Amino acid sequence: MEAYDIVKNSRNADRWCASDYIKLLITDFLELHGDRKYGDDKAVIAGIGKLLDRPITVIGIEKGNDIVSRLEHNFGSAHPEGYRKAMRLMKEAEKFGRPVLCLIDTAGAYAGVDAEERGQGQAIAESLMLMSSLRTPVISIIIGEGGSGGALALAVSDRLYMLDDAYFSVVSPENCATILWKNNKYADKAADALKLTAVDLKEREIIDDVFKTASSAWDEKTINIYKEKLLTKLDKEYESLAKMPALDLVDMRYKKYRRIGRV
Amino acid sequence: MKFQGLLKPACNSLEDESEKNLDVRVCSRCGSSVLKSDLRANLYICPECNAHLMMRARRRIEILCDKSSFVEIDKGMESENLLGFPGYEDKIRAAKEKSRENEAVVCGKARIGGNPLYIFVMEPSFMMGSMGSIVGEKITRCFEKAIEEKLPVLGITVSGGARMQEGIFSLMQMTKVSAAVKRHDDAGLLYMALLTNPTTGGVDASFAMQADIILAEPGARVGFAGPRVIEQTYRKKLPDGFQKAEAVMECGFIDMILSRFDQKRVIASLLDMHKEEIDGGI
Ligand SMILES: [Zn+2]
Repeated sequence: MEAYDIVKNSRNADRWCASDYIKLLITDFLELHGDRKYGDDKAVIAGIGKLLDRPITVIGIEKGNDIVSRLEHNFGSAHPEGYRKAMRLMKEAEKFGRPVLCLIDTAGAYAGVDAEERGQGQAIAESLMLMSSLRTPVISIIIGEGGSGGALALAVSDRLYMLDDAYFSVVSPENCATILWKNNKYADKAADALKLTAVDLKEREIIDDVFKTASSAWDEKTINIYKEKLLTKLDKEYESLAKMPALDLVDMRYKKYRRIGRV
Repeated sequence: MKFQGLLKPACNSLEDESEKNLDVRVCSRCGSSVLKSDLRANLYICPECNAHLMMRARRRIEILCDKSSFVEIDKGMESENLLGFPGYEDKIRAAKEKSRENEAVVCGKARIGGNPLYIFVMEPSFMMGSMGSIVGEKITRCFEKAIEEKLPVLGITVSGGARMQEGIFSLMQMTKVSAAVKRHDDAGLLYMALLTNPTTGGVDASFAMQADIILAEPGARVGFAGPRVIEQTYRKKLPDGFQKAEAVMECGFIDMILSRFDQKRVIASLLDMHKEEIDGGI
């Protein structure tokens, strides 16, 4: 697929969203609500469950997959309280030595008057700082759209993975084309230039690995094989990260981001 | 007027030479024509409407830092076209010519009111202070040096946000700098930010909002998303003063709004009050 086709496909409503992957991978999932400051942002679903035998905190940006659920989840565009809920539960995970899994699927953090007034920039900024030093293993997977700061806010991790048809970009190709070339019909050119596909980003060592995306068209057997493979991989990674002393883990994470764009 | 010394025209500044032939500047807010020499003496504050107009990084360093105390670091670092993005080399070349800087941030060690610190000052005339890899790298180094030497950091921000031509590398600078700010924070050191017009996008959503003390200039636009994007979701005219420093302070995200005439005095005083007790205290 061309880069721009990947971007367009990542926005399709029939794709699996965070809740589908949680259903597939996590047993006994208990959703927890609220940021304890303002409210409960339904664009972010979060809770505790088990990945195989391992208790785990899961945070997902949820788009929903029909118009009713898409509206309920604000099309996966979080307000500041969504990031604050995520931070609250990450700290809770750290306190009890539980690893964290983030599932990212957002066109971007919500751009609105209320979001700005409640500190959208501050919430993202705080999340980046917190995750950079969280003393528990963090794995993030971009499962669809990885739109700019709103996606990055949950992507600071020990392992950053992408699905093979997801994208991760500083700007949408349409906005990039409009700003640089004054015309969004060059979005395909912008998508190419931004190097936003999983393959491009793996090549540039921004992400650690690429996983296959799940499809609603699969039969039960195929889904089970897929599920086993993904669980085995994640379990293995959490196992090796859990063996590291917390300070070494944080140090490794620092170095991982420190080298990006270094000259 | 305690700080009249600040009003004296400074010499040897690049912008004087580059702007010599046009001696009037029009205020971008009220449209008044002001003599450049008057404007410069008034710290680029419009005498008619008090707008804090765009100011070059080196001029800011001149008025904030103690005389001859600024020692620049990493001056020579220059951006590369990491993604092979079409037209980026030309953009960098033009930005260098226009700004006479190698990148959109100037970093160094200095003293303010006798207090040693590291300072980074973003440069608006270099691609509108956009966040490229070198901007992220230089600011990260600034924090790392401050950690080594146990010094505070002052950051003066001005940025339209990401540098699209560096794609994901631009985005990841937010993480890199944030991690360094966190280490500096964990070391118990003071970080102050002074937000100037505009401080938006990825800079707002990272080191502008991570300081212990967040100062801002009057009227500075401070926010994450651009007004045009917000208008699309809001579907009516944005509230008056929306995303202006004064309103952002009312929302609880800025500590203090400071005119350019007060910045040195207040920053020096804050540095004084954060000094560690030499005897180790209790
Ligand atoms: Zn004016």
